[in-house]
Amino acid sequence: MIERFRKVALWIDDRLEVSSLFKATAGHAVPRKSGSWFYVFGSATLLCFMVQIVTGICLALVYVPSSAMAYTSLEHLNYQQEFGWFVRAMHNWGSNFMVAIMLAHLIQVFLFGAFKYPREMTWISGVILLLCTLGMAFTGQILRFDQDAYWGLGIGAAMAGRVPLMGPAIVHMMLGGPIIAGETLSRFFTLHVFVIPGTIIAIVSLHLRLVLSKGINEYPVPGKLVKKETYAEEYEAEIKKSGVPFFPKAISKDLVFCGLVLLGIVACAAYFGPEGPHGIPDPTQINTAPKPDFFFLWIYAILSFLPDYTETFLILTVPFIVIGILFAVPFISNTGEKSPRRRPVAVLSVVLILISLGVFNYLGTFAPWSPKMDAWTSAEVPANFLEKRSPLELQGSLVFHTKQCINCHSVGGNGGLRGPKLDDVATRLTSDQLVRQVIQGSGNMPAYGKNLSPAEVAGLVAFMRTLHSATESPARDTTQPVQAAMEMDQPKAFAKAEQARR
Amino acid sequence: MAISEVDTMADRRTDVETRQTSRRSFLLKLGFLLNGIAALSVSVPVLGYVLSSFRTEGPFRSWIPLGPLGDFPEKQTRLAKYRNPYTRPWDGPTADIPCWVRRIEGDKFQIFAINCTHLGCPVRWFQESHLFMCPCHGGAFYEDGSHASGPPPRGLYEYQYKVENGQLWVFGGQLPTLGQPA
Repeated sequence: MIERFRKVALWIDDRLEVSSLFKATAGHAVPRKSGSWFYVFGSATLLCFMVQIVTGICLALVYVPSSAMAYTSLEHLNYQQEFGWFVRAMHNWGSNFMVAIMLAHLIQVFLFGAFKYPREMTWISGVILLLCTLGMAFTGQILRFDQDAYWGLGIGAAMAGRVPLMGPAIVHMMLGGPIIAGETLSRFFTLHVFVIPGTIIAIVSLHLRLVLSKGINEYPVPGKLVKKETYAEEYEAEIKKSGVPFFPKAISKDLVFCGLVLLGIVACAAYFGPEGPHGIPDPTQINTAPKPDFFFLWIYAILSFLPDYTETFLILTVPFIVIGILFAVPFISNTGEKSPRRRPVAVLSVVLILISLGVFNYLGTFAPWSPKMDAWTSAEVPANFLEKRSPLELQGSLVFHTKQCINCHSVGGNGGLRGPKLDDVATRLTSDQLVRQVIQGSGNMPAYGKNLSPAEVAGLVAFMRTLHSATESPARDTTQPVQAAMEMDQPKAFAKAEQARR
Repeated sequence: MAISEVDTMADRRTDVETRQTSRRSFLLKLGFLLNGIAALSVSVPVLGYVLSSFRTEGPFRSWIPLGPLGDFPEKQTRLAKYRNPYTRPWDGPTADIPCWVRRIEGDKFQIFAINCTHLGCPVRWFQESHLFMCPCHGGAFYEDGSHASGPPPRGLYEYQYKVENGQLWVFGGQLPTLGQPA
């Protein structure tokens, strides 16, 4: 009996050449020191991709890619379909893990000089995979067809619309019509389910083939330089001297890490559950503050800081410059030192980029550049800013609310962060300056001249003149003697209000 | 075997070879040609299909009624919505397009697109401070749509309008962007 099984197995192996394929791929020799914990991220990224394929196929069994029904089908997945919520959560967390681990992989191969001669194409194919993965993240966010998806498309269209001459045509191409609607979703569904995954599978094959044919990068040793003339020989010698087969030697750490990643995805999916869908994708529901998913928050943040006169130019050029630099990395530094210990510029670039991304993403989570749209009905001026104030000053604090000043300015930590906080505005501006600022605006502040009555301005300014700490006196007009300036201050505001009332 | 005989055989062989080679190379050329024609005849409709959406000219925009004039009090700015004229049965709620209608006085109106001119987010009207504010990057616009503050490069997009038979009409149907405002 066993003999018969053996024969069948041997026959299959002989006809399919399984074991020789296995020997040539999984059994290939790698430098012993490359079986390191630093080398586990590539295989873990691939694992995430497989998770995405499996969960993605499951979701596609139920999801309806039509702008009328997508939202309903997502709700059905969340609440009706057996384990629908879990598969959605797995797909979402799988993508989070994939982007994060891919970033770790990118940083590792960059710091270890793995992109240098002769592995330029391995790096370049990796950059294509990075772009594809980000493309998957963006299109996936669109397929979760909710308010954020709708307005995210609007943002994409507004950016594309800035292209000179071709702009409108590109917007039509991107949306599949004159507005964001049914064909837009079908288009992004096609990208997310057919075009980009197909490209990823093809490029992953190339990437892995190159890992086999060009060999995995040896663990960098400070002082050991890459020279085109001798590299191939040295690498071969190292493999001969201390090479170990990838399976079953070097793979052990990959296996452990992959197991942890998979468990991590499952645990996060089970604990946090699926993401959204948030509000329905109805553009007439305008009380929304669209925000991109985590991976793109930094772009959202940067876009609020660009001066308007550079914006179009930068939006249309910087992405291509950045991608160009990524592709050019192996040619900028093709040979020489591999160890991060001897490559300070490389290490500092990574640190700088990570800190920048981190800071922008952090700012993106609370968006201090946006007015708090509902602060005027939800935030309040703390009581200690209102105690022992005159009726006019209290009236001013009401104006501060009802005219939505508080949407952009905070007092006592409540309110928007768009404009400066006003806790001690009286120490910075005199009454006259406050009146001017309110009526004419300046910098980023709109002019309120037409929308405030003189009485309202008087009250508002009287209230703001009280905003200073007990130990600091309010600003005064320095062209006047101290006493006169102080006296001029308050009564003038009163007088104006009186005048207005009459 | 005489030398002349050998020569003749050799000649015959080369003759056969060249004949075969030329036939093979003819077939190869024919193969390329046929496949070239086939590829062209496949790619023209495929490219035409895919690239057709590059077209910006088309039956996209038209006049749409927004409602009787009475819905829009003078000196007020109100949110209005219309069903996009160019729509598919499966568009669902995405083809309901909102816009801000400001009735200045009488038959004088301004109809603003909902999309901020910075990056297209929905601007909100604040009656109390007479400002449009954008929730994304903090753009603000005055009552008449002009730029008040923040990153937007221009004032709000304005649709054309007309008043006919006591109805307000808007000329809409296309997502406004900087290259193609309203």
